[in-house]
Amino acid sequence: MSATALPTLSVKELTTDQEVRWCPGCGDYSILAQMKKALANVGVPREKMVFVSGIGCSSRFPYYMNTYGFHTIHGRAPTVATGLRLANPDLQIWVVTGDGDGLSIGGNHLLHVLRRNIDLKILLFNNEIYGLTKGQYSPTSRTGTPSKTSKTGSLETPIRPLTIAIASEATFVARTVDVDVKHLTETLQKAAAHKGAAFVEIYQNCKIFNDEVWAYATDKSVKADNLLYVEHGKPMVFGKDRNKGIRLNGLKPEVVEIGKDCGLDDVLVHDETTEDPTLATLLSRMVGPKFPEVVGVFRSFRKPCYEELLDKQIADITAKKGKGVVADLFKAEDVWTVE
Amino acid sequence: MASLTAPAGAAPASSAAASRNGTHTVQEVESITIRFCGDSGDGMQLAGTRFTDTAAILGNDIATFPDFPAEIRAPAGTLAGVSGFQVHFSSNDIHTPGDVLDALVVMNPAALKTNLRDLKKGGILIVNTDAFAQNDLDKAKYKSNPLEDGSLAGYHVVRVAVSKLNKEAVRECGLSPREQDRCKNFFALGLVYWLYERPLEATIKWLKDKFGKKPDHKPVLDANTAALKAGYNYGETVELLPVQYKVAKAKIPPGQYRKITGNEAIAIGLVAASHAANKQLVYSGYPITPASSVLEDLSQPEMRRHGVKTLQAEDEIAAIGVALGASFGGAIGVTGTSGPGICLKSEAINLAVMTELPLVILDVQRGGPSTGLPTKTEQADLLQAMFGRNGESPVAILAPQSPVDCFDITYEAVKIATRFMCPVFVLSDGYIANGSEPWKIPDVAKLPKIEIIHATKPNADSANGAVHEHGEGEGGGAGKFLPYKRDEYLSRPWAIPGTPGLEHRIGGIEKQDVTGNINYEPANHEHMVHTRWKKIENIALTIPDLDVIGDGDADLLVIGWGGTYGSITTAVDRVRKSGKKVAQAHLRYLNPMPKNTEAVLKRFKKILVPELNSGQLCWLLRAKYLAPAEGYNKVQGRPFLVSEIETAIANML
Ligand SMILES: Cc1ncc(C[n+]2csc(CCOP(=O)(O)OP(=O)(O)O)c2C)c(N)n1
Ligand code: SF4
Ligand SMILES: [Mg+2]
Repeated sequence: MSATALPTLSVKELTTDQEVRWCPGCGDYSILAQMKKALANVGVPREKMVFVSGIGCSSRFPYYMNTYGFHTIHGRAPTVATGLRLANPDLQIWVVTGDGDGLSIGGNHLLHVLRRNIDLKILLFNNEIYGLTKGQYSPTSRTGTPSKTSKTGSLETPIRPLTIAIASEATFVARTVDVDVKHLTETLQKAAAHKGAAFVEIYQNCKIFNDEVWAYATDKSVKADNLLYVEHGKPMVFGKDRNKGIRLNGLKPEVVEIGKDCGLDDVLVHDETTEDPTLATLLSRMVGPKFPEVVGVFRSFRKPCYEELLDKQIADITAKKGKGVVADLFKAEDVWTVE
Repeated sequence: MASLTAPAGAAPASSAAASRNGTHTVQEVESITIRFCGDSGDGMQLAGTRFTDTAAILGNDIATFPDFPAEIRAPAGTLAGVSGFQVHFSSNDIHTPGDVLDALVVMNPAALKTNLRDLKKGGILIVNTDAFAQNDLDKAKYKSNPLEDGSLAGYHVVRVAVSKLNKEAVRECGLSPREQDRCKNFFALGLVYWLYERPLEATIKWLKDKFGKKPDHKPVLDANTAALKAGYNYGETVELLPVQYKVAKAKIPPGQYRKITGNEAIAIGLVAASHAANKQLVYSGYPITPASSVLEDLSQPEMRRHGVKTLQAEDEIAAIGVALGASFGGAIGVTGTSGPGICLKSEAINLAVMTELPLVILDVQRGGPSTGLPTKTEQADLLQAMFGRNGESPVAILAPQSPVDCFDITYEAVKIATRFMCPVFVLSDGYIANGSEPWKIPDVAKLPKIEIIHATKPNADSANGAVHEHGEGEGGGAGKFLPYKRDEYLSRPWAIPGTPGLEHRIGGIEKQDVTGNINYEPANHEHMVHTRWKKIENIALTIPDLDVIGDGDADLLVIGWGGTYGSITTAVDRVRKSGKKVAQAHLRYLNPMPKNTEAVLKRFKKILVPELNSGQLCWLLRAKYLAPAEGYNKVQGRPFLVSEIETAIANML
């Protein structure tokens, strides 16, 4: 792309002729709409964008984006996206996955794609349910969740997607909410700007099979008390009256009332740039109702990507020894001549 | 063939000549088969490879067969820990590593016990007598010492205190006692060099290349060289045997040669194909015997100079996903594994079938099912490759017939995958993967061209529409890109992400032909199922006909596929030399088969199908062509002996 005239894209240009097939009221609609808005100004032309997905309601996403797209198989999108990235260094590649797709059947791939720091923007639409297969509990469903396969309540401890992502050494980790359109758009743009594996968890409402699981995070009357919007360099303050904060007590975070329990200076200040995973991990483990749940960028820093290191190995050895010649390769072993 | 009638036993055509300094004679023989075996820590693979290189450089035709245990280091001295390397070298054209051994080198009782049955009566048995203490015999479960109880009476036993003599030879070189002992494979190698009148130069040069560069390697270099020479000199001094055997140069077409294993040939074939196609090669695999060495070879620094990109994936599913993603991105995507890995890959193979992207899938077959026999060979994945996925899932299947053929087949696989936009299986096996033979180095300029044309602009003219009316979305229209608009072979365009104006979406859901839009309509599905089959069948229009060799007017056709080519060819040869009529054909293309296959089968009254499985090709030939095919089957994790196939042929005549 030339630096002078960055392409801008209209929502219409990014829309395909395919009929969108999500249920009315599904959170996926909002994510699709914000994605189109977010991509309008990221400076990447349409043909350089690719959406790769697995299987699930969320994974239908590529069909609705007028870019290149690959709707792969259940759980495997990170692998296909990795191959695409190896083949083609100048695409912007988005991976769209669900809580079942990304954390159950594809959990292993997620660990490894993040650990390798492949330059992909991975969006996990977390609705805490298997949507496409019509309502079975998922690895993120809260213990006790009643579902088609857990009528008497799920017995399992849920996975915390961001704790996993941080433990897997992801270089960009963020969380946002489907209906917070402004924050969602900004978060997508930040992910787009990141070089390396970016992981974004999006609280997404499944209207049909798990309606209202995120009500505490979306309902205007309560969300300010239940969500903590973090920003780099800013103290962790939240609440309707902006009078609550997070303070560290030893190794444990605690909710404090500013002005009563302590001053603003005692409140934790967010640092998204540190490579040390401690703070981000701590934030990822704050769960309601005891704590506000954190939205925003947990961590973001630059580290070489697998494909960059591989390209460098190729460039270095080629610079030193020249480009490989096939005839020489044939003769790498001892050669003898028969007359 | 020669190795059966050759030395030591009945007198072959030989010229008795006085040896250089003794009374023994030198006999000229056509072929020799020899096996080095010992504990997996004894360095037998290395001794065997060095011997092979020397034979090749001296102008013999060669074929090798390494045979090692699944355990890397089973307890020393046990039966499970025996590792062997077999070399067949000849003044004639040979195709197999030999059935029966002319000479066997055993470094311990376990090796003797597990290998003696393959040594011919009267054959030479070189024994390291230092490893036959009671403790060693116990580990090999010998009740009495075979060196003393007369059980080796039928063989020409040569007793050598290898360990002791070796230690003496390398004492001065500055190695620890343990390291000293590890040179004994070179002592044994030296002995065998004497026996077959082979010069030591090539091996000494190899040692120098390997250990001569760093000063701290000098003791290793010195000691191994000393051990090698000591072994040779020992043979000469004590006149180990009354005869030395000599194998003349083979009449080999002129040219430059190197030794190559099947897996090496695959790695090189992929790189050569990527150059011919002017494409990036992306190879992803997960380590598994016997396929790992392809990933290892392709990740060498040398391969980076060819722009090869590799990724050791977290599992086989990821590996094929990476390869397929690379293909979507316009590279040559290749994944390699063995049978258990193919099981894991099947869902993604179907994604490639559905999205009609090029993909090369290497299956180096091993004994199954499940973990099976990891280090042993088998041909039992043919029907898995053919049918082992949900739905109707046609893929191309190719099978190399020898280590050298692995190059050509792999190259061809890339060509077919990119021309027909489809997954292509390469069904190799453990036997040819690890076996080696001389490879006549091809002229790069004469390799087949691989021409890839990517879509660069919209391909719809206004007449293009949906072939079936009830599909979702709209049809064509000038200025649109139709990702499933087909060419004369029914192949679809390959449009690489990044190309302006060709943005499109693909996936595993059934699609409407031409437009590629999601489509669940019954008639369209049937049309697409048939189209995918027909496309694969069209490959037959571009591949060579099936050749019949031997007696075209015979009653019996012997037809095989893959790595059994050498044994079948040698067996057919021998039967024909004995004056009987028999014809042979070998399938390198299993799906589709060459277009004259049916006509060939119809020409013969009887059809014999030797396979290292329970009859998979046989099953296909019967099902497809109603051919009166009869199987000859072996499922023991070992290749066919030539004699076994000879007998099977004789039983049919
Ligand atoms: C191999 C395989 N197993 C099972 C399925 C069935 N399946 C499709 S989507 C899905 C779960 C989807 O849940 P999630 O990833 O949370 O996506 P959502 O539909 O909630 O967006 C399952 C089990 C499948 N398509 N493939
Ligand atoms: S089932 Fe749930 S997640 Fe799927 S489309 Fe309907 S509302 Fe959305
Ligand atoms: Mg879900």
